[in-house]
Amino acid sequence: MQAIIDWVDKRLDLSGIRHFVQEKGVPIHAQKIWYYLGGMTLFLFAVQVASGILLLLYYRPSASEAYESVQFIVTQVEFGWLIRNVHSWSANLLIGAAFAHLFSVFFLKAYRYPRELTWVSGVLLLFLMLGFGFSGYLLPWNELAFFATKVGTGIAGAVPLVGPALMHFLRGGEDVTGATLSRFYALHVAILPAITTVLVGLHLLFVQRQGMSVPVSVARRLKRGERLKEMPFFPDYILRDVLVWYVAIALLAALAAFYPWELGRKADAFAPVPPGIRPEWYFLAMFHTLKLLPAHILGLEGEMLGVVAFGAAAGLLLLVPFLDRRAARDEPSPLFTALGVGALIYFIALTIIGHLAS
Amino acid sequence: MPDPSDRRGFLNSLLATGFVSTIVAMAYPVWRFLIPPAGAEPATQSVVAAKASQVKANSGLLFKFGSKPGLLIRTPDGQLQAFNAVCTHLDCTVQYKADTSQIWCACHNGFYDLAGNVVSGPPPRPLERLVVNERGDDVVVSRA
Repeated sequence: MQAIIDWVDKRLDLSGIRHFVQEKGVPIHAQKIWYYLGGMTLFLFAVQVASGILLLLYYRPSASEAYESVQFIVTQVEFGWLIRNVHSWSANLLIGAAFAHLFSVFFLKAYRYPRELTWVSGVLLLFLMLGFGFSGYLLPWNELAFFATKVGTGIAGAVPLVGPALMHFLRGGEDVTGATLSRFYALHVAILPAITTVLVGLHLLFVQRQGMSVPVSVARRLKRGERLKEMPFFPDYILRDVLVWYVAIALLAALAAFYPWELGRKADAFAPVPPGIRPEWYFLAMFHTLKLLPAHILGLEGEMLGVVAFGAAAGLLLLVPFLDRRAARDEPSPLFTALGVGALIYFIALTIIGHLAS
Repeated sequence: MPDPSDRRGFLNSLLATGFVSTIVAMAYPVWRFLIPPAGAEPATQSVVAAKASQVKANSGLLFKFGSKPGLLIRTPDGQLQAFNAVCTHLDCTVQYKADTSQIWCACHNGFYDLAGNVVSGPPPRPLERLVVNERGDDVVVSRA
């Protein structure tokens, strides 16, 4: 092994990488447990890429064959059930991990100067993950996915001004048809992965370039001249990371084996909507909020106002590092903490209520 | 007291065994998944290829024999013959060439005679012959 490294080193000069590996450290403090969430999200994303590529070998993206091909995967192909269940479960865990990562970074104010761009790229990645979830949900072409996509793209139709055009664009026509499936497939396996690859690369580059952020309280202690203990990233921290990933693998394997993802019935545009139609849990809070809004608010369509509010919230989320001026000066910013707590409670409460209501 | 270097070696090998087992445990299902399931399509035994009156002397027509093409020909002296139309060279589909009364593969200019034997060109083996039976006007082709 050493001989191979030496051989490459002589030709490509690995001193930069070697230096990076030796120097990289992780600060040790009371909140360092939250550092695991980013690595966890990245790991689950890798699981998605690997299992997704495998599913591509048998999946057929057409209205007449999609459902049958997934059926073929889970019944005929050896370990096909495992790969598909891992892909479905890991998608959910990935979005859960991404949300947890977002909130932990938010509450630790790790978005503050000089890490604004890391935050922005991270929030964009979360939006992309939601896009993956939405587009991937339709691909098995079953009843639940079909109607959920009708509703989801219908919500896009409520966006002011561009709504109808956006809905037409997303559906590839007036209605959810095989054309929608082709689009969502292209989105899911080519367009979103391409954008994600670039953003993940940037996100990781920023993190490596700037090192780990420390909470405001710790930063203030550092300013007073205190010194913080560090743990070497290689091998100490990465081994701890791997340990957490093992827990994820165990969880995934257990979920995939004991709670198989149902395939349901094949989508049929002329069948009545089955009762209890609802999106995946991560869209449930949004979905239920729209349900609760009255049809008309101040003479405007309630749904449209809701969609505008979600858009505004997404914009605010992106701009958090630029709005929170106190955190940028390493001062506590209780207002933002309160807003975060409020958002978290709202999200969890509406998800639960939406779940119980349907 | 045990030598600490030995203890380190033991723990390292334990760790390495764990990692290798994980990789094997993940690679095995993936490997099995990659192998296409066998027997997805049952082998066809017999089909009605054409109406006997449709096939003129010194001509041939392709028909579906399961998932593969078949070639039904009527020789200049009026006999019906059928073959698996997949060239034994590189799987191209062969055709009947009326001007020379031979079976011809256009991919690499391989020629077979009316019994399916190689006349010239790269094909290594004769074409697989199918059994022809006439049932009324139907030409029934079955696997030999």
